[in-house]
Amino acid sequence: MTTQTTTTTTSADELLLPVPDEDGAPFWEYAAQGELRIQACAAPDCGKLRFPPRPCCPHCRSFDSEWRRMSGRGRIWSYVRPHPPLLPAYAAQAPYNVILVELADAPQIRLVGNLVTSADAPLDSMDPARLRIGARVQVVFTETGGIAVPRWVLEKS
Amino acid sequence: MAATLKDATAIVGIGQTAFAKQLPQSEKELACRAILAALDDAGIDPSEVDAFSSYTMEETDEVEVAKGIGAGDVTFFSKIGYGGGGSCATVGHLAAAVATGQASVGVAWRSRKRGSGPRPWKNTAVQLPTPGQWTRPFGLLRPADEIGMLARRYMHEYGATRDHLFNVAMACRNRANENPAAMMYERPLTREMYMTARMISDPLCLFDNCLETDGALACVIVSAERARDCRQKPVYVHSVAQGLPSQHHGMVNYWNDDPLSGPAWTAARHLWKQADFGPQDVDVAQIYDAFTPLIPLSLEGYGFCGRGEGAAFTEGGALEMGGRLPINTGGGGLSEAYVHGFNLINEGVKQLRGISTAQVPDAATCLVTAGEGVPTSAILLRA
Ligand SMILES: [Zn+2]
Repeated sequence: MTTQTTTTTTSADELLLPVPDEDGAPFWEYAAQGELRIQACAAPDCGKLRFPPRPCCPHCRSFDSEWRRMSGRGRIWSYVRPHPPLLPAYAAQAPYNVILVELADAPQIRLVGNLVTSADAPLDSMDPARLRIGARVQVVFTETGGIAVPRWVLEKS
Repeated sequence: MAATLKDATAIVGIGQTAFAKQLPQSEKELACRAILAALDDAGIDPSEVDAFSSYTMEETDEVEVAKGIGAGDVTFFSKIGYGGGGSCATVGHLAAAVATGQASVGVAWRSRKRGSGPRPWKNTAVQLPTPGQWTRPFGLLRPADEIGMLARRYMHEYGATRDHLFNVAMACRNRANENPAAMMYERPLTREMYMTARMISDPLCLFDNCLETDGALACVIVSAERARDCRQKPVYVHSVAQGLPSQHHGMVNYWNDDPLSGPAWTAARHLWKQADFGPQDVDVAQIYDAFTPLIPLSLEGYGFCGRGEGAAFTEGGALEMGGRLPINTGGGGLSEAYVHGFNLINEGVKQLRGISTAQVPDAATCLVTAGEGVPTSAILLRA
Protein backbone atom coordinates (compact mmCIF):
# COMPACT_ATOMS: atom_id res chain seq x y z
CA MET A 1 0.00 0.00 0.00
CA THR A 2 2.90 2.33 0.59
CA THR A 3 3.06 4.80 -2.22
CA GLN A 4 6.11 6.76 -3.11
CA THR A 5 6.35 9.66 -5.46
CA THR A 6 9.18 11.96 -6.31
CA THR A 7 7.84 14.62 -4.00
CA THR A 8 6.32 12.84 -1.02
CA THR A 9 7.20 9.73 0.88
CA THR A 10 5.11 8.01 3.48
CA SER A 11 5.88 5.36 6.06
CA ALA A 12 4.17 1.98 6.31
CA ASP A 13 1.41 3.58 8.39
CA GLU A 14 1.21 6.33 5.75
CA LEU A 15 2.46 9.10 7.99
CA LEU A 16 4.57 11.56 6.01
CA LEU A 17 8.29 10.97 6.15
CA PRO A 18 10.75 13.82 6.24
CA VAL A 19 12.14 14.73 2.85
CA PRO A 20 15.59 16.02 3.84
CA ASP A 21 17.13 18.81 1.86
CA GLU A 22 20.88 19.26 1.48
CA ASP A 23 21.13 21.47 4.57
CA GLY A 24 18.96 19.20 6.71
CA ALA A 25 20.43 15.82 5.72
CA PRO A 26 22.99 15.64 8.58
CA PHE A 27 20.20 16.04 11.15
CA TRP A 28 18.55 12.87 9.87
CA GLU A 29 21.86 11.01 9.53
CA TYR A 30 22.63 11.68 13.20
CA ALA A 31 19.07 10.81 14.16
CA ALA A 32 19.62 7.38 12.57
CA GLN A 33 22.45 6.94 15.07
CA GLY A 34 20.15 7.96 17.93
CA GLU A 35 21.73 11.38 18.29
CA LEU A 36 20.01 14.73 18.40
CA ARG A 37 22.41 17.18 16.81
CA ILE A 38 21.89 20.82 15.88
CA GLN A 39 23.90 22.80 13.35
CA ALA A 40 26.34 25.30 14.81
CA CYS A 41 28.62 27.89 13.30
CA ALA A 42 32.19 26.58 13.18
CA ALA A 43 33.87 30.00 13.09
CA PRO A 44 36.19 30.19 16.13
CA ASP A 45 34.76 33.41 17.59
CA CYS A 46 31.09 32.60 16.93
CA GLY A 47 29.83 29.07 17.42
CA LYS A 48 26.17 30.06 17.48
CA LEU A 49 23.53 27.37 16.96
CA ARG A 50 20.99 27.79 14.19
CA PHE A 51 17.79 26.07 13.13
CA PRO A 52 16.51 25.19 10.59
CA PRO A 53 19.91 24.37 9.12
CA ARG A 54 21.20 26.57 6.33
CA PRO A 55 24.46 27.31 4.56
CA CYS A 56 25.49 30.57 6.22
CA CYS A 57 25.73 31.87 9.80
CA PRO A 58 23.42 34.90 10.21
CA HIS A 59 25.62 36.27 13.01
CA CYS A 60 29.09 36.22 11.44
CA ARG A 61 28.31 35.09 7.87
CA SER A 62 30.70 32.18 8.06
CA PHE A 63 29.95 29.21 5.79
CA ASP A 64 31.72 26.78 8.14
CA SER A 65 29.42 24.68 10.25
CA GLU A 66 29.47 21.65 12.55
CA TRP A 67 26.78 19.54 14.17
CA ARG A 68 26.72 19.77 17.94
CA ARG A 69 25.24 17.01 20.09
CA MET A 70 22.39 18.05 22.36
CA SER A 71 21.39 16.47 25.67
CA GLY A 72 18.00 15.64 24.20
CA ARG A 73 16.19 17.33 27.07
CA GLY A 74 13.71 20.12 26.61
CA ARG A 75 10.47 21.74 27.67
CA ILE A 76 7.13 22.10 25.91
CA TRP A 77 6.89 25.67 24.55
CA SER A 78 3.45 25.18 23.05
CA TYR A 79 1.23 22.50 21.57
CA VAL A 80 -1.86 21.92 19.44
CA ARG A 81 -4.29 19.03 19.08
CA PRO A 82 -5.28 18.66 15.42
CA HIS A 83 -8.73 17.30 14.59
CA PRO A 84 -9.97 16.32 11.11
CA PRO A 85 -10.10 17.20 8.26
CA LEU A 86 -6.58 15.80 7.99
CA LEU A 87 -4.62 13.53 5.70
CA PRO A 88 -5.99 9.99 6.21
CA ALA A 89 -3.14 8.53 8.30
CA TYR A 90 -3.26 11.49 10.65
CA ALA A 91 -7.06 11.54 10.78
CA ALA A 92 -6.93 7.91 11.91
CA GLN A 93 -4.96 8.96 15.02
CA ALA A 94 -6.70 12.30 15.63
CA PRO A 95 -6.93 14.07 17.88
CA TYR A 96 -3.22 13.66 18.46
CA ASN A 97 -0.78 16.20 19.79
CA VAL A 98 1.92 18.24 18.10
CA ILE A 99 4.31 19.87 20.52
CA LEU A 100 6.97 22.51 20.13
CA VAL A 101 9.98 21.68 22.29
CA GLU A 102 12.54 24.27 23.34
CA LEU A 103 15.83 22.52 23.92
CA ALA A 104 17.32 22.68 27.43
CA ASP A 105 20.76 23.31 25.92
CA ALA A 106 19.53 26.06 23.61
CA PRO A 107 16.08 27.49 24.42
CA GLN A 108 15.91 29.46 21.17
CA ILE A 109 16.08 26.19 19.21
CA ARG A 110 12.56 24.79 19.10
CA LEU A 111 11.69 21.48 17.47
CA VAL A 112 8.27 20.39 16.28
CA GLY A 113 7.44 16.90 17.50
CA ASN A 114 4.96 14.61 19.20
CA LEU A 115 4.62 13.69 22.88
CA VAL A 116 4.11 9.93 23.12
CA THR A 117 4.15 7.32 25.90
CA SER A 118 7.09 5.47 24.37
CA ALA A 119 9.23 5.69 21.23
CA ASP A 120 7.07 3.45 19.09
CA ALA A 121 3.68 4.41 20.54
CA PRO A 122 1.08 6.07 18.29
CA LEU A 123 0.77 9.83 17.99
CA ASP A 124 -2.36 9.80 20.16
CA SER A 125 -0.91 7.59 22.93
CA MET A 126 -0.39 10.37 25.49
CA ASP A 127 -3.27 11.39 27.75
CA PRO A 128 -4.06 14.97 26.67
CA ALA A 129 -4.46 15.97 30.31
CA ARG A 130 -0.69 15.60 30.64
CA LEU A 131 0.06 18.17 27.93
CA ARG A 132 1.33 21.29 29.64
CA ILE A 133 3.45 24.24 28.56
CA GLY A 134 6.71 23.97 30.48
CA ALA A 135 6.55 20.18 30.92
CA ARG A 136 10.00 18.57 30.77
CA VAL A 137 10.51 16.12 27.92
CA GLN A 138 13.24 13.85 26.60
CA VAL A 139 13.92 12.87 23.00
CA VAL A 140 13.53 9.29 21.80
CA PHE A 141 13.78 8.00 18.25
CA THR A 142 11.44 5.76 16.37
CA GLU A 143 12.19 4.12 13.06
CA THR A 144 9.52 4.47 10.45
CA GLY A 145 9.89 3.75 6.75
CA GLY A 146 13.66 3.42 7.18
CA ILE A 147 14.06 6.86 8.74
CA ALA A 148 14.67 7.58 12.43
CA VAL A 149 12.24 10.27 13.54
CA PRO A 150 12.57 12.05 16.88
CA ARG A 151 9.66 11.82 19.29
CA TRP A 152 9.35 13.02 22.87
CA VAL A 153 8.46 11.37 26.17
CA LEU A 154 7.90 13.00 29.54
CA GLU A 155 11.16 13.20 31.46
CA LYS A 156 11.25 10.93 34.48
CA SER A 157 11.69 13.06 37.56
CA MET B 1 8.29 62.13 -10.38
CA ALA B 2 6.83 61.85 -6.92
CA ALA B 3 9.33 61.80 -4.07
CA THR B 4 6.77 60.08 -1.89
CA LEU B 5 3.84 57.77 -2.43
CA LYS B 6 1.79 59.71 0.10
CA ASP B 7 -1.61 60.41 -1.48
CA ALA B 8 0.03 60.34 -4.93
CA THR B 9 -2.43 57.70 -6.14
CA ALA B 10 -5.98 56.69 -5.42
CA ILE B 11 -8.25 53.68 -5.71
CA VAL B 12 -11.04 54.77 -8.04
CA GLY B 13 -12.80 51.53 -8.82
CA ILE B 14 -13.72 48.35 -6.99
CA GLY B 15 -15.40 45.21 -8.26
CA GLN B 16 -16.31 41.77 -7.04
CA THR B 17 -18.18 38.66 -8.03
CA ALA B 18 -20.62 36.76 -5.86
CA PHE B 19 -19.08 34.85 -2.95
CA ALA B 20 -20.14 31.26 -2.46
CA LYS B 21 -18.92 27.86 -1.40
CA GLN B 22 -19.16 26.84 -5.02
CA LEU B 23 -19.46 28.96 -8.15
CA PRO B 24 -19.83 27.50 -11.63
CA GLN B 25 -17.41 29.89 -13.36
CA SER B 26 -13.68 29.29 -13.73
CA GLU B 27 -11.13 31.35 -11.80
CA LYS B 28 -10.23 33.03 -15.08
CA GLU B 29 -13.80 34.08 -15.75
CA LEU B 30 -14.26 35.27 -12.17
CA ALA B 31 -11.08 37.35 -12.46
CA CYS B 32 -12.26 39.01 -15.68
CA ARG B 33 -15.71 39.70 -14.25
CA ALA B 34 -14.31 41.32 -11.08
CA ILE B 35 -11.83 43.43 -13.05
CA LEU B 36 -14.42 44.62 -15.58
CA ALA B 37 -16.75 45.51 -12.71
CA ALA B 38 -13.99 47.56 -11.06
CA LEU B 39 -13.19 49.38 -14.30
CA ASP B 40 -16.87 50.07 -14.89
CA ASP B 41 -17.12 51.42 -11.33
CA ALA B 42 -14.22 53.75 -12.11
CA GLY B 43 -15.57 54.74 -15.51
CA ILE B 44 -12.31 53.71 -17.20
CA ASP B 45 -12.22 51.76 -20.46
CA PRO B 46 -10.41 48.39 -20.16
CA SER B 47 -8.21 49.33 -23.12
CA GLU B 48 -6.57 51.96 -20.89
CA VAL B 49 -5.24 49.43 -18.36
CA ASP B 50 -1.45 49.24 -18.57
CA ALA B 51 -0.48 47.70 -15.20
CA PHE B 52 -1.44 44.57 -13.28
CA SER B 53 -0.58 43.16 -9.89
CA SER B 54 -1.70 40.04 -8.07
CA TYR B 55 -0.43 37.30 -5.79
CA THR B 56 2.10 34.61 -6.76
CA MET B 57 -0.64 32.16 -5.77
CA GLU B 58 -2.99 33.70 -8.35
CA GLU B 59 -3.44 31.09 -11.04
CA THR B 60 -4.88 33.37 -13.71
CA ASP B 61 -1.85 35.27 -14.92
CA GLU B 62 -1.70 38.80 -16.31
CA VAL B 63 -1.34 37.53 -19.88
CA GLU B 64 -4.71 35.80 -19.70
CA VAL B 65 -6.37 38.64 -17.84
CA ALA B 66 -5.05 41.32 -20.19
CA LYS B 67 -6.20 39.35 -23.20
CA GLY B 68 -9.52 38.56 -21.58
CA ILE B 69 -10.54 42.10 -20.72
CA GLY B 70 -9.00 43.70 -23.82
CA ALA B 71 -6.32 45.69 -22.03
CA GLY B 72 -3.94 47.88 -24.01
CA ASP B 73 -0.16 47.55 -24.03
CA VAL B 74 0.92 46.66 -20.50
CA THR B 75 4.09 48.26 -19.12
CA PHE B 76 4.08 47.07 -15.52
CA PHE B 77 3.14 43.76 -13.91
CA SER B 78 4.10 42.18 -10.61
CA LYS B 79 3.26 39.24 -8.38
CA ILE B 80 3.52 39.26 -4.60
CA GLY B 81 4.48 36.18 -2.63
CA TYR B 82 3.31 34.52 0.59
CA GLY B 83 -0.38 33.98 0.01
CA GLY B 84 -2.52 36.37 1.99
CA GLY B 85 0.56 38.38 2.94
CA GLY B 86 0.51 39.77 -0.57
CA SER B 87 -2.90 41.42 -0.66
CA CYS B 88 -2.04 45.03 0.22
CA ALA B 89 1.28 44.94 -1.63
CA THR B 90 -0.61 44.53 -4.92
CA VAL B 91 -2.00 48.01 -4.33
CA GLY B 92 1.38 49.20 -3.07
CA HIS B 93 3.23 48.02 -6.17
CA LEU B 94 0.71 49.64 -8.49
CA ALA B 95 0.78 52.87 -6.48
CA ALA B 96 4.55 52.94 -6.88
CA ALA B 97 4.33 52.15 -10.59
CA VAL B 98 1.74 54.86 -11.24
CA ALA B 99 3.46 57.44 -9.04
CA THR B 100 6.76 56.92 -10.83
CA GLY B 101 5.27 57.04 -14.29
CA GLN B 102 5.75 53.39 -15.19
CA ALA B 103 2.04 53.04 -15.87
CA SER B 104 -1.16 55.06 -15.67
CA VAL B 105 -4.04 52.67 -14.94
CA GLY B 106 -3.31 49.75 -12.63
CA VAL B 107 -5.52 46.81 -11.79
CA ALA B 108 -4.98 44.60 -8.74
CA TRP B 109 -7.02 41.44 -8.42
CA ARG B 110 -7.45 38.06 -6.77
CA SER B 111 -9.58 35.22 -8.05
CA ARG B 112 -9.86 32.03 -6.09
CA LYS B 113 -11.86 28.84 -5.91
CA ARG B 114 -10.93 27.84 -2.41
CA GLY B 115 -14.47 26.74 -1.62
CA SER B 116 -14.68 24.10 -4.31
CA GLY B 117 -10.97 23.62 -5.03
CA PRO B 118 -8.24 21.61 -3.30
CA ARG B 119 -6.90 22.49 0.13
CA PRO B 120 -3.43 23.97 -0.14
CA TRP B 121 -2.22 22.03 2.91
CA LYS B 122 -2.88 18.77 1.06
CA ASN B 123 0.09 19.59 -1.12
CA THR B 124 2.62 18.06 1.23
CA ALA B 125 5.42 18.83 -1.21
CA VAL B 126 5.19 22.51 -0.39
CA GLN B 127 8.63 23.40 0.90
CA LEU B 128 8.51 27.16 1.16
CA PRO B 129 9.51 29.19 2.99
CA THR B 130 10.56 26.63 5.57
CA PRO B 131 11.11 23.03 4.49
CA GLY B 132 8.31 20.71 5.53
CA GLN B 133 10.82 18.17 6.83
CA TRP B 134 10.73 19.94 10.21
CA THR B 135 6.95 20.06 10.58
CA ARG B 136 4.91 17.83 8.25
CA PRO B 137 5.96 14.38 9.50
CA PHE B 138 4.78 15.32 12.99
CA GLY B 139 1.28 16.08 11.78
CA LEU B 140 1.60 19.86 11.71
CA LEU B 141 -0.12 19.93 8.35
CA ARG B 142 -2.39 22.93 7.98
CA PRO B 143 -2.13 26.67 8.53
CA ALA B 144 -4.62 26.25 11.41
CA ASP B 145 -2.16 23.89 13.13
CA GLU B 146 0.73 26.28 12.60
CA ILE B 147 -1.13 29.33 13.91
CA GLY B 148 -2.76 27.29 16.69
CA MET B 149 0.72 26.67 18.09
CA LEU B 150 1.38 30.41 18.34
CA ALA B 151 -2.13 31.03 19.66
CA ARG B 152 -1.68 28.56 22.53
CA ARG B 153 1.59 30.22 23.54
CA TYR B 154 0.01 33.67 23.25
CA MET B 155 -2.85 32.59 25.51
CA HIS B 156 -0.36 31.13 28.00
CA GLU B 157 1.87 34.21 28.10
CA TYR B 158 -0.79 36.91 28.22
CA GLY B 159 -3.84 35.31 29.77
CA ALA B 160 -5.83 35.45 26.56
CA THR B 161 -8.84 33.15 26.48
CA ARG B 162 -11.24 31.61 24.00
CA ASP B 163 -13.64 34.39 24.98
CA HIS B 164 -11.22 36.88 23.46
CA LEU B 165 -11.07 34.89 20.24
CA PHE B 166 -14.87 34.72 20.31
CA ASN B 167 -14.99 38.54 20.50
CA VAL B 168 -13.13 38.62 17.19
CA ALA B 169 -15.29 35.99 15.50
CA MET B 170 -18.42 37.73 16.79
CA ALA B 171 -17.47 41.18 15.53
CA CYS B 172 -16.85 39.80 12.05
CA ARG B 173 -20.05 37.77 12.08
CA ASN B 174 -22.12 40.72 13.25
CA ARG B 175 -20.84 42.81 10.33
CA ALA B 176 -21.47 39.97 7.87
CA ASN B 177 -25.04 39.79 9.18
CA GLU B 178 -25.42 43.36 7.86
CA ASN B 179 -23.82 42.66 4.48
CA PRO B 180 -26.07 40.92 1.91
CA ALA B 181 -23.00 39.95 -0.17
CA ALA B 182 -21.42 38.09 2.74
CA MET B 183 -21.51 34.31 2.90
CA MET B 184 -22.68 34.57 6.53
CA TYR B 185 -25.44 37.10 5.88
CA GLU B 186 -28.45 36.23 8.02
CA ARG B 187 -26.48 33.51 9.83
CA PRO B 188 -25.94 34.80 13.38
CA LEU B 189 -23.31 33.38 15.71
CA THR B 190 -23.82 32.91 19.45
CA ARG B 191 -21.36 32.38 22.25
CA GLU B 192 -22.82 28.94 22.85
CA MET B 193 -22.33 27.98 19.21
CA TYR B 194 -18.73 29.12 19.45
CA MET B 195 -17.93 27.40 22.73
CA THR B 196 -19.44 24.08 21.67
CA ALA B 197 -18.12 24.10 18.09
CA ARG B 198 -15.92 21.29 16.92
CA MET B 199 -12.20 21.82 17.26
CA ILE B 200 -10.02 22.14 14.17
CA SER B 201 -6.67 22.49 15.88
CA ASP B 202 -7.23 22.88 19.61
CA PRO B 203 -7.15 25.70 20.84
CA LEU B 204 -8.75 26.81 17.53
CA CYS B 205 -12.31 25.77 16.76
CA LEU B 206 -14.36 25.93 13.57
CA PHE B 207 -15.29 29.59 14.10
CA ASP B 208 -11.67 30.64 14.56
CA ASN B 209 -11.05 29.73 10.92
CA CYS B 210 -11.79 31.72 7.78
CA LEU B 211 -14.41 30.64 5.27
CA GLU B 212 -13.78 28.54 2.20
CA THR B 213 -14.90 30.69 -0.67
CA ASP B 214 -15.14 30.88 -4.43
CA GLY B 215 -14.98 34.45 -5.68
CA ALA B 216 -12.90 37.26 -7.12
CA LEU B 217 -12.26 40.94 -6.42
CA ALA B 218 -10.36 43.75 -8.11
CA CYS B 219 -9.57 47.42 -7.71
CA VAL B 220 -8.30 50.16 -10.00
CA ILE B 221 -5.47 52.58 -9.15
CA VAL B 222 -4.65 55.83 -10.95
CA SER B 223 -2.77 59.02 -10.11
CA ALA B 224 -4.39 61.45 -7.68
CA GLU B 225 -4.63 63.95 -10.53
CA ARG B 226 -6.52 61.59 -12.79
CA ALA B 227 -8.64 60.37 -9.88
CA ARG B 228 -10.36 63.74 -9.67
CA ASP B 229 -11.95 63.08 -13.07
CA CYS B 230 -13.19 59.58 -12.30
CA ARG B 231 -16.75 58.51 -11.62
CA GLN B 232 -16.26 57.78 -7.91
CA LYS B 233 -14.91 59.70 -4.98
CA PRO B 234 -11.16 58.92 -4.84
CA VAL B 235 -9.79 56.94 -1.94
CA TYR B 236 -6.15 57.93 -1.57
CA VAL B 237 -3.34 55.47 -0.95
CA HIS B 238 -1.72 57.34 1.91
CA SER B 239 1.01 54.94 3.02
CA VAL B 240 2.13 51.47 2.01
CA ALA B 241 4.57 48.96 3.43
CA GLN B 242 5.66 45.38 3.18
CA GLY B 243 7.12 43.51 6.14
CA LEU B 244 9.64 40.69 6.26
CA PRO B 245 11.31 40.84 9.68
CA SER B 246 14.80 39.74 10.53
CA GLN B 247 14.82 35.99 11.34
CA HIS B 248 11.31 35.45 10.00
CA HIS B 249 10.40 31.90 8.99
CA GLY B 250 6.90 32.23 7.57
CA MET B 251 3.86 30.72 9.22
CA VAL B 252 6.00 28.46 11.42
CA ASN B 253 7.83 31.38 12.95
CA TYR B 254 8.97 29.18 15.82
CA TRP B 255 12.71 29.65 15.43
CA ASN B 256 12.65 33.41 15.77
CA ASP B 257 14.00 34.80 19.06
CA ASP B 258 10.49 36.17 19.57
CA PRO B 259 7.88 34.11 17.68
CA LEU B 260 4.94 36.21 18.89
CA SER B 261 6.30 39.33 17.21
CA GLY B 262 5.48 38.88 13.54
CA PRO B 263 5.75 40.75 10.25
CA ALA B 264 3.00 43.20 11.28
CA TRP B 265 5.50 44.95 13.54
CA THR B 266 7.91 45.48 10.64
CA ALA B 267 5.27 46.69 8.18
CA ALA B 268 3.77 48.96 10.85
CA ARG B 269 7.00 50.79 11.58
CA HIS B 270 7.38 51.86 7.96
CA LEU B 271 3.67 52.46 7.45
CA TRP B 272 3.41 54.95 10.33
CA LYS B 273 6.74 56.58 9.57
CA GLN B 274 5.41 57.54 6.15
CA ALA B 275 1.99 58.67 7.38
CA ASP B 276 0.59 62.01 8.55
CA PHE B 277 -1.38 60.29 11.30
CA GLY B 278 -1.04 57.45 13.79
CA PRO B 279 -3.03 54.48 15.09
CA GLN B 280 -5.12 56.71 17.35
CA ASP B 281 -6.44 58.50 14.23
CA VAL B 282 -7.65 55.38 12.43
CA ASP B 283 -11.44 55.46 12.11
CA VAL B 284 -11.93 51.89 10.93
CA ALA B 285 -9.64 48.94 10.23
CA GLN B 286 -9.75 45.91 7.97
CA ILE B 287 -7.41 43.43 9.62
CA TYR B 288 -6.47 40.15 7.97
CA ASP B 289 -8.38 37.42 9.72
CA ALA B 290 -7.62 34.00 8.30
CA PHE B 291 -7.65 32.99 11.99
CA THR B 292 -9.02 34.88 14.99
CA PRO B 293 -5.67 35.05 16.88
CA LEU B 294 -4.26 37.14 14.04
CA ILE B 295 -6.42 40.04 15.24
CA PRO B 296 -4.92 40.51 18.74
CA LEU B 297 -1.45 39.92 17.30
CA SER B 298 -2.08 42.53 14.58
CA LEU B 299 -3.62 45.05 16.98
CA GLU B 300 -0.34 44.90 18.89
CA GLY B 301 1.83 44.94 15.79
CA TYR B 302 0.13 47.97 14.26
CA GLY B 303 0.30 49.88 17.52
CA PHE B 304 -3.35 50.02 18.63
CA CYS B 305 -2.27 48.69 22.02
CA GLY B 306 0.84 47.45 23.77
CA ARG B 307 2.51 44.08 23.57
CA GLY B 308 0.31 41.41 25.15
CA GLU B 309 -2.70 43.73 25.30
CA GLY B 310 -4.35 42.66 22.04
CA ALA B 311 -6.72 40.17 23.61
CA ALA B 312 -7.89 42.59 26.31
CA PHE B 313 -8.38 45.20 23.56
CA THR B 314 -11.22 43.09 22.14
CA GLU B 315 -13.26 43.37 25.35
CA GLY B 316 -16.27 45.65 25.83
CA GLY B 317 -17.30 45.72 22.18
CA ALA B 318 -14.15 47.56 21.06
CA LEU B 319 -14.23 45.87 17.64
CA GLU B 320 -17.96 46.42 17.11
CA MET B 321 -19.73 49.39 15.52
CA GLY B 322 -19.36 52.38 17.84
CA GLY B 323 -16.42 50.70 19.59
CA ARG B 324 -12.88 51.96 19.83
CA LEU B 325 -11.88 50.33 16.53
CA PRO B 326 -14.57 48.76 14.34
CA ILE B 327 -12.91 46.06 12.24
CA ASN B 328 -13.72 44.02 9.15
CA THR B 329 -16.93 45.86 8.50
CA GLY B 330 -17.93 43.64 5.58
CA GLY B 331 -17.47 40.54 7.72
CA GLY B 332 -13.83 39.85 6.89
CA GLY B 333 -12.31 36.53 5.96
CA LEU B 334 -14.09 34.92 8.90
CA SER B 335 -17.61 35.80 7.79
CA GLU B 336 -17.80 37.69 4.47
CA ALA B 337 -15.49 35.75 2.16
CA TYR B 338 -11.97 34.41 2.26
CA VAL B 339 -10.35 35.57 -0.95
CA HIS B 340 -6.87 35.99 0.50
CA GLY B 341 -7.84 39.30 2.08
CA PHE B 342 -8.75 41.22 -1.05
CA ASN B 343 -12.28 41.82 0.25
CA LEU B 344 -10.65 43.80 3.08
CA ILE B 345 -9.16 46.23 0.55
CA ASN B 346 -12.46 46.80 -1.21
CA GLU B 347 -14.27 47.16 2.11
CA GLY B 348 -11.77 49.84 3.14
CA VAL B 349 -12.63 51.73 -0.05
CA LYS B 350 -16.37 51.37 0.65
CA GLN B 351 -15.91 52.83 4.14
CA LEU B 352 -14.10 55.90 2.81
CA ARG B 353 -16.70 56.37 0.10
CA GLY B 354 -19.35 56.16 2.83
CA ILE B 355 -21.19 53.21 1.25
CA SER B 356 -20.39 50.28 3.56
CA THR B 357 -23.26 48.15 4.80
CA ALA B 358 -21.81 48.81 8.26
CA GLN B 359 -20.76 52.39 7.75
CA VAL B 360 -18.61 54.07 10.40
CA PRO B 361 -19.94 57.66 10.45
CA ASP B 362 -17.61 60.08 8.64
CA ALA B 363 -14.83 57.50 8.31
CA ALA B 364 -11.85 59.31 6.78
CA THR B 365 -8.96 56.94 7.53
CA CYS B 366 -8.71 53.18 7.22
CA LEU B 367 -5.94 50.68 7.86
CA VAL B 368 -5.99 47.56 5.69
CA THR B 369 -3.61 44.73 6.49
CA ALA B 370 -2.51 41.55 4.77
CA GLY B 371 -1.80 38.18 6.35
CA GLU B 372 0.06 38.29 9.66
CA GLY B 373 2.34 35.33 10.31
CA VAL B 374 3.77 35.42 6.80
CA PRO B 375 5.75 38.12 4.98
CA THR B 376 3.06 40.75 4.88
CA SER B 377 1.92 44.15 3.65
CA ALA B 378 -0.42 46.95 4.69
CA ILE B 379 -1.91 50.15 3.34
CA LEU B 380 -3.37 53.24 4.91
CA LEU B 381 -6.28 54.68 2.97
CA ARG B 382 -7.72 58.16 3.39
CA ALA B 383 -10.77 59.85 2.00
ZN1 LIG C 1 28.85 32.49 13.07
